[in-house]
Amino acid sequence: MFTAIFGSVEQGIIYAIMALGVYITFRVLDFPDLTVDGSFVTGAATAATMITFGYNPFLATFCALLAGFVAGSITGILHTKARINELLAGILMMIALYSINLRIMGLTTETSVGRPTIPLSNADTVFTKLNDFWSNLSIDAALNNMLSAIGVESVPRTWGILVVMFIVTFAIKFLVDWFLKTEIGLALRATGDNAKMIRSFSANTDAVKIFGLGLSNALVATSGALIAQYSKFADVGMGIGMIVIGLASVIIGEAIFGTKTVVRTTLAVVFGAIVYRIVLALALKIEFLDTGDMKLITAVIVIIALIVPYMVNKYKDKKRRMKRREQLLERVEKEVKGEEPVA
Amino acid sequence: MLNLQQIHKIFNEGTPDEKIALNHINLSLEKGDFVTIIGSNGAGKSTMMNMISGALTPDVGTIQIANKDVTKLPEYKRSQYIGRVFQDPMAGTAPTMTIEENLAIAYSRNKKRGVRRGVSKERKQLFQAALESLHLNLENRLHAKVGLLSGGERQALSLLMATFTNPNILLLDEHTAALDPSRAALITSLTKELVEKDELTTLMITHDMQQAIDLGNRLIMMDKGQIILEVGKEEKKNLTIEDLMNEFQRIRGEKMVSDRALLSAT
Repeated sequence: MFTAIFGSVEQGIIYAIMALGVYITFRVLDFPDLTVDGSFVTGAATAATMITFGYNPFLATFCALLAGFVAGSITGILHTKARINELLAGILMMIALYSINLRIMGLTTETSVGRPTIPLSNADTVFTKLNDFWSNLSIDAALNNMLSAIGVESVPRTWGILVVMFIVTFAIKFLVDWFLKTEIGLALRATGDNAKMIRSFSANTDAVKIFGLGLSNALVATSGALIAQYSKFADVGMGIGMIVIGLASVIIGEAIFGTKTVVRTTLAVVFGAIVYRIVLALALKIEFLDTGDMKLITAVIVIIALIVPYMVNKYKDKKRRMKRREQLLERVEKEVKGEEPVA
Repeated sequence: MLNLQQIHKIFNEGTPDEKIALNHINLSLEKGDFVTIIGSNGAGKSTMMNMISGALTPDVGTIQIANKDVTKLPEYKRSQYIGRVFQDPMAGTAPTMTIEENLAIAYSRNKKRGVRRGVSKERKQLFQAALESLHLNLENRLHAKVGLLSGGERQALSLLMATFTNPNILLLDEHTAALDPSRAALITSLTKELVEKDELTTLMITHDMQQAIDLGNRLIMMDKGQIILEVGKEEKKNLTIEDLMNEFQRIRGEKMVSDRALLSAT
């Protein structure tokens, strides 16, 4: 049990980078961007291909980020310059990226132009490099001893990924927070909030949207690149339903942790991604559910996360109204008895 | 400061719905002019505003602001010279952002936006001082989201934001029409205060004839895409609603049809 949850948190913190990207388009720009399903794989494919060619995995991950930025920008250009509907622009880019991803991964083989999967089992990834560094610190032994002492039986292999990814993801979160408070960031937020208004304050909403979509997909692709290295393969189908997972993280996070400020919301999104992974892991523990049911479970989780806050609000509202009615009735009664003069 | 020449605009050209929205309009504003615009619905008042702001482009004619030809300039570039307040109090502000963030957006209007902090310490003081001039106690609510403010407060904030960077032109499109009478009076007096303080060149559309007479130094009346009456500085001082109604009847040979105009006349 502990290992399963540990694994979920580990994955969740990597997927959180993707969720932050989805937050930027879906919430900040108010743009339902389906490019994500494609750009996630683009990141994975770019990183896996470069790593296979023997490039430094950190450089490969950075190039994945750039590839994602380009993909997102093209969606933005399709929407703003060619006036294609938001959803359609994203879908077109997603479907186009499917072929492009096959081509990118196809660079690693001589036998065909496309390739659906690249294994990275023996390759140098950011995580193997991390392990080399981490194992010298002997923090694992200390933490695992602590766990054993409190009665946890199976201890995780390494804490390195979790700790370092926490630092990386939070660094990205703080960068996003900072960016959303700069002058350009404020224009980005206002574009999603009230585009007519921000145009009247001389911001180029087209440019802002293109940049926002680029930034979002850069984060998504980075997450894809890291997931490929984490799970030691890149696959052309690994992005299917990624947008829904991103939305699930955003919606769950916001429902549990609130949206009072930007800083709070991005934190909620990061935790939302982790909670989503944990819920998923727990759901898969149920006997009759299979890994093939994952997408269905995801859909159900999103539906629950959408319905529950609505029901809670409705219930609170009802209770408030009942209370007010009681107070009114009480006052009327008193007036009838003549205890209180009519105001 | 503002110069419109031969502005012509036809909507839905070549269809049965074809409508001449603006019919060769000429209008010129000196620096510091405050012109009020009245006219019935569909007279072309808002279309003219949208031409000036760049939301629409004229079929024929040129628009100059501060001696620069801006006819071809897209809306977002042109708006560094133009402050605007819309009729809908929701339209001029970003509801999920705080008061200080909204002001920061207004502050960056005529500057290149970069990765500087939108709300810095010095700017905060500037914002606070500006908000004090509204007398709405907003200076103590810098972190409140604008969506939580009342319609009147939001419109006052919109007005402040529109005038914040001393734009060459201020466009007010019935900006008090959606408010209750006491709030409308507040916004009207604020408008007067802010415009006079910086001697802003202003165009204001209104359906309230009394307001059109009380505010500003010039008045124009529009009908069917044309400016049918211009009242200059001297005449405007003694102008009454009755004069305007009679003038309309004399020019058009028919009674003014706008219910709202009639209502506000009684």
